[in-house]
Amino acid sequence: MEVGQMQRRLVDYTKSLFMEGFLDAQFLQLQQLQDESNPDFVVEVVSLFFDDSEKLLNDLTMALDQPNVDFKKVDAHVHQLKGSSSSIGAQRVKNACIAFRSFCEEQNIDATLRCLQQVKQEYYLVKNKLETMLRLEQQIVAAGGSIPMIELGF
Amino acid sequence: MEVAGEVLASEFQLHVLAVDDSHVDRKVIEKLLKISSCKVTTVESGARALQFLGLDEEKGSLGFNGLKVNLIMTDYSMPGMTGYELLKKIKRSSAFREIPVVIMSSENILTRIDSCLEEGAEEFLVKPVKLSDVKRVMNDCIMRGETEGNNRRRVDKRKFEDDNHASSSSSSSSSIPSSPSSPLPSSPSTAATSSPLHSLKRAKLRDHN
Repeated sequence: MEVGQMQRRLVDYTKSLFMEGFLDAQFLQLQQLQDESNPDFVVEVVSLFFDDSEKLLNDLTMALDQPNVDFKKVDAHVHQLKGSSSSIGAQRVKNACIAFRSFCEEQNIDATLRCLQQVKQEYYLVKNKLETMLRLEQQIVAAGGSIPMIELGF
Repeated sequence: MEVAGEVLASEFQLHVLAVDDSHVDRKVIEKLLKISSCKVTTVESGARALQFLGLDEEKGSLGFNGLKVNLIMTDYSMPGMTGYELLKKIKRSSAFREIPVVIMSSENILTRIDSCLEEGAEEFLVKPVKLSDVKRVMNDCIMRGETEGNNRRRVDKRKFEDDNHASSSSSSSSSIPSSPSSPLPSSPSTAATSSPLHSLKRAKLRDHN
């Protein structure tokens, strides 16, 4: 596949992630911050997000598995996850966290367990999508092309 | 370390101390600040911030690497010491109360905003922080510096001149981008300082001449 085709594919793929709400404007902001002095900025931030999130999801699983659930602790973890997902523009993860927090407030064990599943699902979805997108970028760069900037009309 | 393509650092670059327990947020704020031509030091907690400032030992506002901190940007919700508590400590210290403090928070709670502003915070930014937020804060700081700190800055400038025997070229500080930087070899492990000292850059320029 030649570079032009790969670039078009990347643009279409990235746009779909925005259209489907996986990513929001904050992700665009991060892409715009990337430059020649730090060409791996987005990859680095996204990797940090993956590391942080996986740890938090483990902590959440354990915290909700306790006989006496400490909802304050659960809420603190969700708050952190909400923060980092918001900072990279992972909109659906962020929204799942918002819902999660309201059930923490209610101390509703069933609902919070469902929320955890929901957050995990959203996380793995966006992780998959971001990895695909970053792989496409890598292929373009490896073939000598440059990564097109996404212009969104909305 | 590149020398040939290096841009002369502006004389007066804001040195910002960014405090956030989130690894992701530290990375993002650092980038936002570097792109806005600031020197950045990031730390993960209020306690580390106070250590960096030397607040416990009353060393004055020089951090470990001798660079004065011009602005502190801190997250509000942090384990241990919150950003609010850090703000209070800074504003109640004779050495550091003049340093502007900006609070960042993902939660847009009016009472929280009010208490921070009341304790002396310059601004309250709602996360996620964007480049436009950072640029606005920088402009406010520079304007503040123009009206207040002119005497102080002249003293700093003279100090660098004396140290390095280099004539200072005065160009407008906000338009010169900061060059890519590498961490100081002697910097402490937890505070990642991302810019070389002014004197290092001047020495290189001297070598060039």
